[in-house]
Amino acid sequence: MSIFIDENTRVLVQGITGTAGAFHARQMVAYGTRVVGGVTPGKGGTRLDDIPIFEGVREAVRETGADATCIFVPAPFCKDAILEAVDAGVRLIVCITEGMPVLDMLAVKPVVDRAGIRMIGPNCPGLISPGKCKIGILPASVHRPGTIGVVSRSGTLTYEAVAQLTELGLGQSTAVGIGGDPVAGTSFVEVLEAFEADPGTEGVVLIGEIGGQAEEKAAAFVREHMTKPVVAFIAGRTAPPGRRMGHAGAIVSGGSGTAEGKIQVLRDHGIEVADTPADIGATMARRLGR
Amino acid sequence: MKIHEYQAKAVLGPFGVAVPRGGIATTPEEAVEVARGLPGPVFVVKAQIHAGGRGKGGGVKVCRSLEEVREKAAAMIGMTLRTVQTGPEGRLVRKVYVEEGLEIARELYVAMLLDRETRRIVLMASTEGGMEIEEVAAHTPEKILRESIDFSVGIQPFQVRNVCRGLGLTGATAQQARTFLEGMYRAFVDKDASLVEINPLVVTRGGDLLALDAKMGFDDNALFRHPDIVALRDLDEEEPLEVRATDHGLSYIKLDGDIGNLVNGAGLAMATMDIIKYFGGEPANFLDVGGSADKARVKAAFEIILADRPKAILVNIFGGIMKCDIIAEGVVAAAREVGLDVPLVVRLQGTNRDLGREILRQSGLAIIPVETMREAAEAVVRASRGE
Repeated sequence: MSIFIDENTRVLVQGITGTAGAFHARQMVAYGTRVVGGVTPGKGGTRLDDIPIFEGVREAVRETGADATCIFVPAPFCKDAILEAVDAGVRLIVCITEGMPVLDMLAVKPVVDRAGIRMIGPNCPGLISPGKCKIGILPASVHRPGTIGVVSRSGTLTYEAVAQLTELGLGQSTAVGIGGDPVAGTSFVEVLEAFEADPGTEGVVLIGEIGGQAEEKAAAFVREHMTKPVVAFIAGRTAPPGRRMGHAGAIVSGGSGTAEGKIQVLRDHGIEVADTPADIGATMARRLGR
Repeated sequence: MKIHEYQAKAVLGPFGVAVPRGGIATTPEEAVEVARGLPGPVFVVKAQIHAGGRGKGGGVKVCRSLEEVREKAAAMIGMTLRTVQTGPEGRLVRKVYVEEGLEIARELYVAMLLDRETRRIVLMASTEGGMEIEEVAAHTPEKILRESIDFSVGIQPFQVRNVCRGLGLTGATAQQARTFLEGMYRAFVDKDASLVEINPLVVTRGGDLLALDAKMGFDDNALFRHPDIVALRDLDEEEPLEVRATDHGLSYIKLDGDIGNLVNGAGLAMATMDIIKYFGGEPANFLDVGGSADKARVKAAFEIILADRPKAILVNIFGGIMKCDIIAEGVVAAAREVGLDVPLVVRLQGTNRDLGREILRQSGLAIIPVETMREAAEAVVRASRGE
């Protein structure tokens, strides 16, 4: 099993004619994802390989029956692209683009929520259910089908954790990158909830980082609502306060959002936290008694 | 992005945020000239640096004559101002802001910022003006008023009334508060601010409400639609290597250690710093080359790391968007051109890993290749110690 996506998910790529959009659309197809269409205003009627390209999302959904979209359009146009996808009635929006203004997200998020749409990102690597479907930019080669759920605010650090799991023979049910921005479409708690409900998920790896309170909320949720084992890693113990560490959301401000604080809260809630990023896989294996 | 106090006041003023009259000066003569245009007899000379705590550090002086304005400005311009926020190295004062002195009855606090958890802009106000809000929050949290503003409707009159009641503002002052707070909110939204902080917000003996100090920060992601704000950037206030990095589209932060590192992805970059520290080393920097780096950008990243004179360098790449062969080409080009004279540990994983490793191997450069993050950290810490 998996969460959010499976082998039946029909995916559109918004911004499919850009460099990143085209490259990753092809990678998704190569992985076996059902990429049923692309959208680039001005390029409607053309194709990328076998993928038909449409002028707008509404038309693309009507013609292809797509229920998910993967957004690669440049940051200044993301708000528009997301709202267009909402209007077209997809079920899942995955926004890969980095650099979306936070006020654009404040405007978009309630509209997405009201429509009952799941949005992942922005500024995220997407998600993958190994062997079934990949939406985004995660490197397929490190993933294996299995029973571990992975949820993370980071991109490459997720690949690192996944590679360790795979190396130890622990495949993944779904790996979700929720993104590094201060306002995310989907929170840790929502993903944990889905993993708890998924019979194909046995345990969850949560990868957090400095800034905000998402990890603290996740810790409380795990203690109150989860029966499955959760292990964690928090990046940014050595990050200086007041500095934005690459991700717009990764900043310790006014003494809150520190890695130490998060690690403490997670441990206080009975969640094992790996000491180094090299121990994430081993910590999960130990927790499962493997 | 941060701007100076005088710039923040110039941004806020047109939105209806009342600010004292004043002007900027880079010489004592200009300072006197500005003061001559103010009503007097009291003036305030304020050092313009991107750091708070200026008053205690000697960066704010009250003057009672034009001659005193000249003296204080002369002393301040060119001085290195050390405050709790600048660190021991301090900041060189290049400009002063000369303002009219006010007869102050009360000092209050008001700020607007993003609350990530509620996904709203929150207005924070307090009667404890002039103090650091973190301190007030730590010791007397009951003295902080919060109004959470729904982005779809904006700040509402009842919220202004709540703030006025909480701060004890009445009559004409409360009228002014409405213009002030609504203007502040509009400025926040129109300019894509990340923070607007007025500390202190003062009530004069005459009952007028003014921003005595003003601090603004902006969402870097939204600067593309605010060329007017970008024009306010003061490169003198930024670390030169960080400026260079930004110009190349790199996310770089200089730190105090001696192990340089070049990583793709912010999370992995932080984790790499953490594991270096875990094995006893000290990271010299945070550097995320980003997801779409090309050979030139990798080379620029390498040069910036080398310019900080590290004892060893760790390249840790997990290819996703980024392909390992591109990184390898950039590393090889940079190492050849700059003349690499410190140990270089390289770890490549993910997309096109084998291609990348082959490029490194064929380069003939003295690179220490490693497989895992643990090996990478251990190897670079050892190398930094000359072992």
